[in-house]
Amino acid sequence: MTDAPLLKVSGVSKFYGSRIGCQDVSFDLWPGEVLAIVGESGSGKTTLLNCLSTRLLPTAGSVEYRMRDGQFRDLYHMSEAERRLLMRTDWGFVHQNPADGLRMTVSAGANVGERLMAVGDRHYGKIRETASDWLTRVEIGTDRIDDQPRAFSGGMRQRLQIARNLVTGPRLVFMDEPTGGLDVSVQARLLDLVRGLVNDLGLAAIVVTHDLAVARLLSHRMMVMKGGYVIEHGLTDRVLDDPREPYTQLLVSSILQV
Amino acid sequence: MATPLVVSEVSKSFTMHLRDGIRLPVVNDVNFSVAAGECVVLGGPSGIGKSSILKMLYGNYAVDAGQILINHRDTDGDKLVDIAHADPRTILDVRRRTLGYVSQFLRTVPRVSALDVVAEPLVARSVPATEAREKAADLLGGLNLPKELWSLPPATFSGGEQQRVNIARGFITDHRVLLLDEPTASLDATNRRVVVSMIARKKAEGVAMLGIFHDEEVREAVADRIIDVSAFSPRKAVAA
Repeated sequence: MTDAPLLKVSGVSKFYGSRIGCQDVSFDLWPGEVLAIVGESGSGKTTLLNCLSTRLLPTAGSVEYRMRDGQFRDLYHMSEAERRLLMRTDWGFVHQNPADGLRMTVSAGANVGERLMAVGDRHYGKIRETASDWLTRVEIGTDRIDDQPRAFSGGMRQRLQIARNLVTGPRLVFMDEPTGGLDVSVQARLLDLVRGLVNDLGLAAIVVTHDLAVARLLSHRMMVMKGGYVIEHGLTDRVLDDPREPYTQLLVSSILQV
Repeated sequence: MATPLVVSEVSKSFTMHLRDGIRLPVVNDVNFSVAAGECVVLGGPSGIGKSSILKMLYGNYAVDAGQILINHRDTDGDKLVDIAHADPRTILDVRRRTLGYVSQFLRTVPRVSALDVVAEPLVARSVPATEAREKAADLLGGLNLPKELWSLPPATFSGGEQQRVNIARGFITDHRVLLLDEPTASLDATNRRVVVSMIARKKAEGVAMLGIFHDEEVREAVADRIIDVSAFSPRKAVAA
């Protein structure tokens, strides 16, 4: 309980002209913590995620990250090269559509191995061994290592994308609707996998989702967004069991029971 | 040692924004404490706010006013934490190290086996997985859960089987405060007696327990003291 946060976000806003993308968002994220950002389409979830992960330049505010040397660095005062190195090594980004995060025309093994080469691994045998180990961890048969992700199902592609992101041992992973286009049985498998990996590796993660069940299963803490603002923020089970804001109550009461 | 659990002047209401902002008072001015090695039972009719009190204590429900002080076993010694005002990170740490909760129903996770569900609270505290599983097996065995079920996810178990998984999960740690929400509701007589003896053992270890038991026999057997929750009910005040 004495360690420092991994990410310090203060007053982040993004405007598209005069329209609000997200406004005045502040929070700290700690190592090993999973934060879910929920809200309806257009509430600013993805804009916020992109601002935090340097994929989009915020209009105002600062995002500071604790580097491996323990120093906090403002992400928007780094050089482009430093930022890229960070994204390749210490961070992961899991896209809703695996085709955005994978290279569809190179083999599964190369998709995983590429990130390793980016951090300096050169030994072919070792890279292939690590890649095959990671395919097993995400439950893809090692006999598929030379196949291209084009030949994979949606669920397999998403698992491959996760392996590609986690192979370098990142400390922070961003996920944008990681179970978005998947059917429920595939979703359950993926969620269980992500949950296990996050626990085992002690990752911090920020997960954008509109699915409250996903948020309940994966996250410790939850932020509810509406119209670009964070309207409620707290422990995940507190927000879901005792929602305070009118919009959160509407969200929670709209879940279908099976 | 400080009293493990002190609740003072806690009140709670729900505001239903989707029902024209109607305000439902739940409890008012709740005051009590639980000493180490004591099992206190919340009594009173259904709907009077017993479960709500447990949920506030666990941080599941927000609190309108008052304090809930837990003597938390932090990494660098004991310290008092006010659950009513603590940040999420602190509450999670309190749950990991100090405060356990056996709920009425098990929230199952797809694909995780009963044994791992039970072992999880220990694994979360960095106990090696094999050691945690051994302890989980001991508990499940003690609760007479058939061995064939241990490796299956509990989603398809019967009510009584799920409840035993839940109890084992709640009792596996050495948390100093335990909240029990009708842990024996769907158990047969044999397993009720097992749970009664498990509670007695926790008492002997100095664990402070606060529970809801509708079964009179169990209540007689475990309760050191009964708190009548209707004394905190705002409805009573209005009626009187």
